[in-house]
Amino acid sequence: MITLSGIGAAPGVAIGPIVRHTVDLPPLPDAAGSPTEEHARLDVALNAMAARLVRLGELVTVAGGEEAAEIFEAHFMFLEDDEFAGAARRRLDARGTSAERAVQITVEDLAGEFEGLGDEYFAQRAMDIRDIGAQLIRLLLGLEPGGLEGITEPSIIVAEDLTPSETVTIPPGVALGFCTELGSPTSHTAILARSMGIPAVVGVGVAAIESGSRVALDGETGTVWVDPDDETVARLRGVIDQNARIRSAAGAKATLPATSIDGVTVEVGANIGGGPEAERSVAVGADGVGLYRTEFLFIDRGRAPDEDEQFEAYRAVFAAMGTRPVVLRTLDVGGDKEVPGVVLGHELNPFLGKRGIRLTLDEPEMSRTQLRAVLRAAVGANLKLMFPMVATVAEIIGARQAVVDAAASLVVDGIEHQTDYEVGIMIEVPAAAVMADVLARHVDFFSIGTNDLTQYTLAVDRTNASVAYMADAFHPAVLRLIASVIQAGHEAGKWVGMCGELAGDPLAAPVLLGLGLDEWSMNPPAIPLVKERVRSLSAVDCRTVASRCLASESAAAVREILTRV
Amino acid sequence: MIEATVKVTHEVGLHARPAATFVKTAKGFASEITIANLTRGSEPVDAKSLVKIFKSAVGSGHEIRLTADGLDERVALDALVGLIESNFGE
Repeated sequence: MITLSGIGAAPGVAIGPIVRHTVDLPPLPDAAGSPTEEHARLDVALNAMAARLVRLGELVTVAGGEEAAEIFEAHFMFLEDDEFAGAARRRLDARGTSAERAVQITVEDLAGEFEGLGDEYFAQRAMDIRDIGAQLIRLLLGLEPGGLEGITEPSIIVAEDLTPSETVTIPPGVALGFCTELGSPTSHTAILARSMGIPAVVGVGVAAIESGSRVALDGETGTVWVDPDDETVARLRGVIDQNARIRSAAGAKATLPATSIDGVTVEVGANIGGGPEAERSVAVGADGVGLYRTEFLFIDRGRAPDEDEQFEAYRAVFAAMGTRPVVLRTLDVGGDKEVPGVVLGHELNPFLGKRGIRLTLDEPEMSRTQLRAVLRAAVGANLKLMFPMVATVAEIIGARQAVVDAAASLVVDGIEHQTDYEVGIMIEVPAAAVMADVLARHVDFFSIGTNDLTQYTLAVDRTNASVAYMADAFHPAVLRLIASVIQAGHEAGKWVGMCGELAGDPLAAPVLLGLGLDEWSMNPPAIPLVKERVRSLSAVDCRTVASRCLASESAAAVREILTRV
Repeated sequence: MIEATVKVTHEVGLHARPAATFVKTAKGFASEITIANLTRGSEPVDAKSLVKIFKSAVGSGHEIRLTADGLDERVALDALVGLIESNFGE
C-alpha cells in the first residue's frame, strides 16, 4: 500500500479500480482541401460544437449546478468569439491550411497569450480554450469529441488533468471518484465534481499509481491510498456506508418535524429569493420560509418594479408556501448593493452607511409601494414582515408606522389585503443585540442574521481575504450576543429565529438547541441534515454544551467542543 | 453613432463574470458596439468579443468609452452603461 497526499477538492470517500485517462490527439493531416472546402468543414464542426456545448450545459444544470452551467456558457462565448472562430477562419484564408491546423494554431496562440499573463484566472481560461480546441479537432477528424463517455465500469478516474467537458460527460454512476495531478479546489473540475457529488482529490503525484491498481481516496483530507490494505478498506467502507445512511435517512424524514430526543420541536425554514425556490424548499422539508430576500426583484432589472409586478412575485411565494409561515424581509440594500431608482452617492464604508431600514425610512414612496404589494399578496398567507439592519427603537416605530400607513391607503382605495400579520426585525447590529430586551417590547419576533452580526461584532470585513479567517460565527463573542437575544426575546414572550449561515451548519446545532432558538432558517439543501441532527440531540444536555461554548476562549475551542457532542 | 464614458467600479474590473455578463448583454443588440480603455489609452475594440475585452485589461476604477452604431444604439448604450453603473447587479 502506498499513501499519497493531495488536496481535497470534493468531499466523500471512494474505493475502486482505476481508469487512466489520457488525451492523445492523432497526428493532424497536412493535406488540406480548397479554402472553400476547409471553410465548409470548419463551419460544420463549429456548429456541432455549439450544439454539444448547449447539451453539456443542460446536463450540468439538471445535475443542479448553476455555477457549473456557467462554465459551459463561457465555453460557448469563447467558441463564438471573433478571436477564436473568426481567427481560425482567417487562417484558412491566408494559405492552404487544413481546418484542424487552423484550430490548433488559433488555440495555441490564444491559450499561450492567456498563460503568459501569469494570472491564475487566465491560466484557467487557457485550459478552457484548449478544452474547446481539442473537442473541435476531434470533431473535424470524425472522432468522438472526447470526454469519458467510453468508460463503462464504475471506476476512479486518474488523469493528469480533466477538462470540464470530460468531467460532465462521464455516464451517471460510472465515476466513483476523480484523482488528478493538476487542478485546484477552485478549478472548474472541482466545482463540477462537487455539483455531481463525486469525491475528488487534486494535486496528486499520479505517476505513482500504476495501471491495474485499486485506489481509495478521501475528498475531504486529500489522502489517496494505492492498493489499500484490508484494514484501510474496511475502515473506509464504514465511512462510505455511514455517509450514505445519514443522507438517505435524513432525506426520507425531511418532511417530518425536527424534534429532539427529549421532545423539543424547532421550526426549520428556508432562505429563499423567489417563487421557484419556495417550491423547491417545500420539497426538501422546509416548515416555512425564514428569510425571503426581496431585493433580487429590484436588482436584476433596469428600473424599480411597480406595485403590481411586486404583487405577482410575492404572490408566487405565498402560493407555494400555503399556510406555512413566510418571513418576508423588506428591501435590504445599501451602498455596496445598489438598486435602480435609488441614488446613494459614493460611501466610503457602505457596510456602515445608509442601508437596510435606514434607506427604507428615507425612501417613503419606495417602501410604501413594497408594503402595499406585500399586504395585498399576503391575503390568506401566514405573513411575518421583517425589517433589516435595525439599531434603534425609533427605527422600529418608524417602520411600524410605514406598515400602518400602507394598510390605511389600501383601505382608502378599497383594495383587499392581509390585516393579520406579525412585524419583527433582524438582529445583525451589535447595538440591537445588546438592547434586545428593550427592542422586544416593540416587535413580534427577532431573527438573528449571523453573517452581519459576526462581521460587526468582530470588526472584520468578511470580503477582505487578509482578515476573513477571523469572521467566524462560532466565536464566543457572537454566541454570547445570540444567547442574550434569545433570552431577551423569550422573557418578553416573543419567538426568536436565525437566518444566517450558522443556522444551517449541523455543527452549530447543539449550541443553538441548547440556547433555545425557536426557528432556524437556512439554504434549502441543508434542511434535511440539520433536521436529522436536531433529532439526534437532547435539548437538556445541549444546555450544558451551550454554557461551555459561551465560556470558551476562542472560536476554535467552541468548534472543538461541538465536534465532540 | 453615439458614445458614453463610464467608470468601472466593480472590484474585479471588466473581468470574469462581469466581462461575460457585459458581452452577453452587448450581443443582444444589433448595433456595432466598441469599447476603449481610456485609462490605459487603448484602441477601441469590438465589445461583443470576450477575448478582446479581456485583452483591454479594464481594471477596477478604469474609465472606458463605449460607442454604439446602429438602429438600437440608444437602448444598447443605456443598457451597457446601466450594467456598469449598477455594478453588474451584485
